[in-house]
Amino acid sequence: MLALDIKGLKKTYKNGFEALNGIDLQVKQGDFFGLLGPNGAGKSTTIGIITSLVTKTGGTVSVFEHDIDKSLSEAKRCIGLVPQEFNFNLFEKAIDIVVSQAGYYGVPRKKAQERAEYYLQKLGLWDKRNERSRFLSGGMKRRLMIARALAHDPKLLILDEPTAGVDIELRRSLWGVLEEINQQGTTIILTTHYLEEAESLCRNIAIIDNGDIIQNTSTKALLAELDSETFVFDIDPVAVYYPKLDGVQHRYVNDHTLEVDVRREDDLNQLFVQFSANDIHVKSMRNKANRLEELFVRLVGQPVPGVKVGGEHV
Amino acid sequence: MFNRYNWIAAGSIYRKEVVRFMRIWVQTLVPPAITMSLYFVVFGSLIGKRIGDMGGFNYMDYIVPGLIMMSVITNSYANVASSFFSSKFQRHVEELLVAPVPNGFILMAYVAGGVTRGILVGLLVTVVSLFFTDMEIHHLGIIVLVVVLTAILFSLGGMINAIFAKKFDDISIIPTFVLTPLTYLGGVFYSINLIPEFWQKVSLANPILYMINAFRYGFLGISDIDVVTALGLIGGFIVLLTGFNLYLLNKGIGLRS
Repeated sequence: MLALDIKGLKKTYKNGFEALNGIDLQVKQGDFFGLLGPNGAGKSTTIGIITSLVTKTGGTVSVFEHDIDKSLSEAKRCIGLVPQEFNFNLFEKAIDIVVSQAGYYGVPRKKAQERAEYYLQKLGLWDKRNERSRFLSGGMKRRLMIARALAHDPKLLILDEPTAGVDIELRRSLWGVLEEINQQGTTIILTTHYLEEAESLCRNIAIIDNGDIIQNTSTKALLAELDSETFVFDIDPVAVYYPKLDGVQHRYVNDHTLEVDVRREDDLNQLFVQFSANDIHVKSMRNKANRLEELFVRLVGQPVPGVKVGGEHV
Repeated sequence: MFNRYNWIAAGSIYRKEVVRFMRIWVQTLVPPAITMSLYFVVFGSLIGKRIGDMGGFNYMDYIVPGLIMMSVITNSYANVASSFFSSKFQRHVEELLVAPVPNGFILMAYVAGGVTRGILVGLLVTVVSLFFTDMEIHHLGIIVLVVVLTAILFSLGGMINAIFAKKFDDISIIPTFVLTPLTYLGGVFYSINLIPEFWQKVSLANPILYMINAFRYGFLGISDIDVVTALGLIGGFIVLLTGFNLYLLNKGIGLRS
């Protein structure tokens, strides 16, 4: 069964801006799906339409076979939303926010309180349950929005950049929670700017740009399209002549940092042979960006800021 | 439509509304009691003694129903207007918009919250008035009916105001420039029989005149307006404003992009 079935979805705002140009998108039940794209690509508009916060101009949207034009309430009942921006009452207690939200979905109060306790405990907020939400830290507010979205046990959880502004440790703990929720059967749709996050979590990915879906495939297949990766080598300071390497695109960022574009057919051993021959001593190496990020930049045509391509010192 | 889920949802919204105004009781419940006490002291006790009788009753007895009604009107209106607008402003109205709560139930719950605050403040003012006058009750049923219907009507009005409001100023314009003048000119402090005939006819276009007079009838048994006409008018306005509110909510005006 499809958790989400979008066909020919269009949105033109009153000012004439065409946010979506008739996109098609299918997400299978149980999937962990990533919806990626640059700012203004149409991700939040798509989510807004699915959750009925934005009215569509054309096309159809079905959530677990409930068409939002014909059976909106049933469709809504399946969805839990974690929006991009904080949107809870700043003067309410954390627990009241979660319990009320469950109530809006028709969950009886006693059961809503049990669920609130379960999710606040799970997300490490139980000790803060009686705090007014405005006194919570940014990370706690994010977790509160996740607890609120889960309060009615949705079949489809939509997260619009849930880890924006969250520190690395907390981000990874949230990944754990999301993976667990997904393993328990909840379908998850995630938009994120952290492509490492999408690569780690999502089994399938769609990339949206300028209101069109430009890629929609499995994460594995998408990464297979990547024909080269950029490695960053930390080297002992080189002499002023900056030795040239044969057969690879490379550039010296400074006298102790060298970037090399390594194609799939290239042999890293050969590269190290060249390093030795040119008296370049490598202290450490790393990927410049994660693989999905490299691919993303190429697909949406946005340059990596600060570095020119070629065999020149920049 | 009228299933258990929707009633639970409406109950959750209503509970949240009541908790909200009770949490800030110093801002919501105390000021009307103090303001009305001043009215009782200044207009009732001090000036009222010089005015003498009105409609066959001493001036204090005459103005008490109008002042109670004035506090009910302003508080039921303000509760819904400020609460719903705040939910738009802080964007937590989205909690409701993404949930499967029919718009009719959202409206009902917010109105119930406004009615509760309006009546609670009305009761407080009534208690305060007992320090200044021995209250008569001519017809309890009329009192209850008029106060509940009026609170519903002005809660609906507050909702419309909140839906259209884009900034906090927008929810104070109507109370300041429309409700207050209409209330003061709606027979709280005088009988329209005292004013020239032309202005009597102009006053008949003021809906608040009907509510205050019908309410006064419940206490004193006197009214400048036919009570049945007044009830019919309030009922008509309730139907009209309910329909308009539902139209706005269904269209998502001011709520959805």
